[in-house]
Amino acid sequence: MADVLYVATRKGLLTFARVGGGWRLVRTDFLGEPVSMVLADRRDGHLYAALNLGHFGPKLWRSTDTGQHWQEIAAPAFVASEEGDGPSVTMIWSLEGGGADRPGSLWAGTLPGALFHSADHGDSWQLNQALWQRPERAQWFGGGYDQPGIHSICVDPRDSARLRVAVSCGGVWCSDDDGVNWTCRTQGMRAAYMPAELAQTPEIQDPHRMLACQAEPETLWVQHHNGIFLSRDDAAHWQELLDVEPASFGFALAVHPREPETAWFVPAVKDECRVPVGQRLVVTRTRDGGQSFESLSRGLPQTDCFDLVYRHALEVDDSGQCLAMGSTTGHLWLSDDQGDSWQELAGNLPPIYALRFA
Amino acid sequence: MARISFTPNLQRHLDVAPCAVTGDTVAAVLAEVFAVNPRLRSYLLDDQGQVRRHVAIFVDAERIDDRRHLSDRVGADSEVYVVQALSGG
Repeated sequence: MADVLYVATRKGLLTFARVGGGWRLVRTDFLGEPVSMVLADRRDGHLYAALNLGHFGPKLWRSTDTGQHWQEIAAPAFVASEEGDGPSVTMIWSLEGGGADRPGSLWAGTLPGALFHSADHGDSWQLNQALWQRPERAQWFGGGYDQPGIHSICVDPRDSARLRVAVSCGGVWCSDDDGVNWTCRTQGMRAAYMPAELAQTPEIQDPHRMLACQAEPETLWVQHHNGIFLSRDDAAHWQELLDVEPASFGFALAVHPREPETAWFVPAVKDECRVPVGQRLVVTRTRDGGQSFESLSRGLPQTDCFDLVYRHALEVDDSGQCLAMGSTTGHLWLSDDQGDSWQELAGNLPPIYALRFA
Repeated sequence: MARISFTPNLQRHLDVAPCAVTGDTVAAVLAEVFAVNPRLRSYLLDDQGQVRRHVAIFVDAERIDDRRHLSDRVGADSEVYVVQALSGG
């Protein structure tokens, strides 16, 4: 099981580690700075931290020695237009390795909704023009933020040229040729927040989070704004999972790395309320592709709870046994038994944005 | 000569010392300091070269007007001060 956990928070990057049978906070980096995303690159051990400085904009830092030393590197940015009225990156929202066969290749999703690629460990970045120029992008709109954004990037472990990207609010976009051509695949999704005539429109769907099963990447799970959706055919068709208790609204999602039928969610009261149902925090787990869900609460607060778990703040490790979960109210929990029980690692952290095991 | 100085809050992120500058516009003055410290550019300007929303620049205690082209004049003895706006905290 994993023995290091990186925690990206509103006030810095925290490193927790297994020490003497328990977990302990062993280091704090970027104290006081909002860390919007962290990536522990398993290909080369590099660690990346995306900062979202309130005054001075988005920044990206890299460490090649697991956080002992950090170097600021280039952040994804748009090319300046002659008139100076073009877009600017306001936040790095997602960061993923570009495939085991392409060391140093990175993908970044941003606000506004753009996809950037680096071939050199983040020393330079290029906008994916093909997705940015899609005419449907004009229909995208912000979900949670003023601007639309790319929060989920799935690189097929079998073929690094196959990319699946989710946009709030802009649907699920797929490329089989390294980002040269893109198609929007949302058949079966619906948008309850739109006029009925537009509910099936692909480019206005709001997938809050999308993940593929690493062993069987044609199975994709989506926690959508108004439900949970599953695709077993590489996003060609989506099945809505109905009657999920206590709620099918939420942000976070984790998918077992080898068992495509197993996934975890953190339900909340829709839409704007966004607290645990009955103010009792639970994690829901399915082991049968969404035919049934278990509600897991052992070790989690069951009264007066306000914790919300953001889309990148539920994480499962490579073994599929260990899960971590961080909340907006600064609680950090860990489970060594697939969510059956949880232990609180910390209860007074800043709001937690993202987690990564290493 | 004119001088430019920076909010101490920038020092958390990179070294920026006050220095003498010769440019006669804010754009020219910033170009001078960016030539010495290229990282500073993205802290003060967005991707399009405009002053970041939550950064403020003063010339002789007057907040600059032209945040897009940075054309405000800088005199031979002016004091240019770069600060963070409280709105971005």
